[in-house]
Amino acid sequence: MSLADAIDRPGISPAGNAPGESWGEWFDRHSRTFFIAPAVTLILIFAIFPTFYSIVFALSRVRFTADGLNFRFVGLQNFYKQFFGNDQVHFLGKTDSMGIFGTVFFVVVAAALLWWLYRSLKITSWVGMLGRIISAVMAIFIAWVVAASLVSGNTIGTLLTTLFYVFAGCALQFVIGTGLAFLCSQPILGKNFFRVIFFIPLMVTPLGVGYAMKMVADVTKGPFEPLLRGFGIEDWVWSADPWAARFVMMICDSWQWIPFIFICMLAALENVPRDHVEAAEVDGASSIQIFREVTWPQIVPVAVTVLLIRMIEAFKIVDLPNIMTGGGPGSSTESMTLHSLYIWRSNDIGTSAAVAYLLLILTVVVCASLFNYVVLGQLRKARA
Amino acid sequence: MSYRKLLTGALAAGVAVSGLTAIAFAGEFDGVTVNILTRPGYVIAGRLAERGKEFEAATGGKIVVTEVPFAEIFPKIQADWSTGTNSIDVGVFAAGWGVELDAAGLLEDMDPYIAKDTKLDLADVAPYFREFGQKVGGKTKLLMVDGDFQMVYYRKDVLEKAGLQPPKTWDEYLDVASKIHGQDMNGDGQADYGSCIFKKRNAQSYFAIQTVAASFVQTQGTAQGFHFDGATMKPVINNDAWKKAFELYKETGKYGPPEELNMDIGDTRAIFKAGRCGLLIEWGDPGTLQLDPDAAGVKGLIFAVGAVGTKEVLDRATGKLVPVTKENAPYSVDGINYAPFAAFGGWAGAINAKIDQKKKDAAYAFLSYMNQAAQSNVDVTIGATGYNPYRNSQLASTDLWVKAGMPADLAENYLGAINGALNNLNMASDMKIPGAQKYTGVVLDTELARYLAGEITVDEALKNIEAGWEEVTEDFGRDEQIKAQALAMGTGG
Repeated sequence: MSLADAIDRPGISPAGNAPGESWGEWFDRHSRTFFIAPAVTLILIFAIFPTFYSIVFALSRVRFTADGLNFRFVGLQNFYKQFFGNDQVHFLGKTDSMGIFGTVFFVVVAAALLWWLYRSLKITSWVGMLGRIISAVMAIFIAWVVAASLVSGNTIGTLLTTLFYVFAGCALQFVIGTGLAFLCSQPILGKNFFRVIFFIPLMVTPLGVGYAMKMVADVTKGPFEPLLRGFGIEDWVWSADPWAARFVMMICDSWQWIPFIFICMLAALENVPRDHVEAAEVDGASSIQIFREVTWPQIVPVAVTVLLIRMIEAFKIVDLPNIMTGGGPGSSTESMTLHSLYIWRSNDIGTSAAVAYLLLILTVVVCASLFNYVVLGQLRKARA
Repeated sequence: MSYRKLLTGALAAGVAVSGLTAIAFAGEFDGVTVNILTRPGYVIAGRLAERGKEFEAATGGKIVVTEVPFAEIFPKIQADWSTGTNSIDVGVFAAGWGVELDAAGLLEDMDPYIAKDTKLDLADVAPYFREFGQKVGGKTKLLMVDGDFQMVYYRKDVLEKAGLQPPKTWDEYLDVASKIHGQDMNGDGQADYGSCIFKKRNAQSYFAIQTVAASFVQTQGTAQGFHFDGATMKPVINNDAWKKAFELYKETGKYGPPEELNMDIGDTRAIFKAGRCGLLIEWGDPGTLQLDPDAAGVKGLIFAVGAVGTKEVLDRATGKLVPVTKENAPYSVDGINYAPFAAFGGWAGAINAKIDQKKKDAAYAFLSYMNQAAQSNVDVTIGATGYNPYRNSQLASTDLWVKAGMPADLAENYLGAINGALNNLNMASDMKIPGAQKYTGVVLDTELARYLAGEITVDEALKNIEAGWEEVTEDFGRDEQIKAQALAMGTGG
């Protein structure tokens, strides 16, 4: 390739310097590669390589010996026992007796998903269809777990507990965070003060939040004790009730993460051109109409992106349940990350890696599905 | 060479030699740092750090104590030593956990050090702790800093006021707890609790359930054990005895603090010191903790029962409970089978076999210093240390304890309870086989917590534990585990 070719086709960089080309010129030509190489190398070393290497762990039983780690290949056994073996109830919950409501729920959801797939046949490519099949299979499986455990009145496992933190928690955080951002974007007295106050929880370390919340939420000695006593609730503690514990965990997590939604949405709201709003006001639109027709379409791209980022983060919740309840009562507040951590802490690295991979698959499929079928849809709608 | 130069050279050499000499005598372990890993908080770790300062002043060797959550102690040490990281020189953990580390060749044999040690006086260490706690495969691989039994404690004043006797059986435990539950035991006008047990998951709840279960399951003496069939290593857990123990353990919650499922041992200690517990299951600590200034309200009031027993025991052939007789429970007394549980076995220090010899020497010297009667006989009388008696000189007389401020009647009761447990021929040993921490601290603890929280039934819990224990046994190799169990129980090997 001549130098002229190289200039015409900048993406192509043949090895070695071209005839008549000095080393300086060659270096300039490859400078992009050199600049990006350290970052790529670091990512390969610290992210990609461990991720792939951990597959070896997930497929093995690992023993600690005097000579280091001893691997024994066990195939998919570490994954299998999460679904069928000894850890099934821990991971999926109790799924052995599906009630009538559970059956109806599952049939309706499965039918809707199959109908969605059927309709997709006509409008998408084979690659898109493959993605939709993966999403639908995951959704049907989760629907079955929900139907057989939660809807049928059985105990749920770490899978649904994680999804509860993600969907219920993120929804709560999004509504409150956006609401606070909307209030602080209005011309109200002391809004700068409130902006700072609302932002502070995000700056506290999760460990600190965990211990602080443990004290705040202590209904026998904490600040709410007199209130509960006033209502005649003296012997009830949230930490002994599975669903109460999950809700407390979600609320405490929300306390820390609402500021993230708040600050992003505030930036988005403040970027909405004032003249658009003023024009709507001149046209006689109500506040709700202005928000729905003018403001919301302009902040949708930020809103869905923030929600997506927050959901990815929420899948990894670990600090709060670990500090506040140790995953208890039982395993009711245990997220999949905490599940993996506890197994890892007992030096069962293979099973821990398997649970971590299951979390990775869940996170990727749920978030990719959300992005493709919800976020992109909203973005297209907003652009239209 | 001129006279002046010769003089200057001689002077310089003299200064250097005197300096070296001074350094050599400044401390035997100058420049050596021993990193110790153990549990968090002042309990256990605090006294190690304090004695470490004394050790440093005397020998120059620096002691650094690192604290990690209880559930992380063993895996951290195992990973550190096995992978050759060797950032930890000494682990202070349950005596029973040493066997798994030793099987991987990670523990230093202390016998050669002991042979040269004139201050240790091993003969003064009570036989159970010397032979079972400190030795693995006949060699001393650990040195105790603490001796452990779980016992039942009761508020003497509360029971006397209610006209009740201390419980002899677990059914009586429930009966007493139910009768005193809700009474104001510390005069603050609030209703207090009949029973206090640390039931938080990933903490130490799994020891308390074994204390309850032991007397239902073990009848033929210490060598029988109460976890496995020694010949096959099949779990002896999915049966009516463990079922009854689980149900009983759960029922104690009716008379406990409402947040008991989220309480670890620090939490229950805080409330019994505040005078809010009528009965509790604990290690030896409440005996001395009540002498602390913040327990002034209960000083001299918390008495111990060395063992609580059962009137029914497991028939291993059928898996059912049958009434106690002299035939099926030869060590029973008045129709009650007792099996005091040596829970945890005591905190003991072990040395990483892969560290430098100088560090090993310093590490051994420090562990010996902690174990020697001169230090230990003081430390065990201070409740906050978390150290309980394990030397004959600590158990033989109440003098030490009375001198430390314990009322004479309490000292009599306290030592009587410990000696009674220690000398019981049906004393139940904690697990001392590879995977011990996983069998109990992971599998048993998780399923117990899920049962207590109402996530699963008792039958499901026991079935899951049985399957989980089988998995651990298969993982380590059944034949190897059978040999290890025989060695631990003193029946073979």
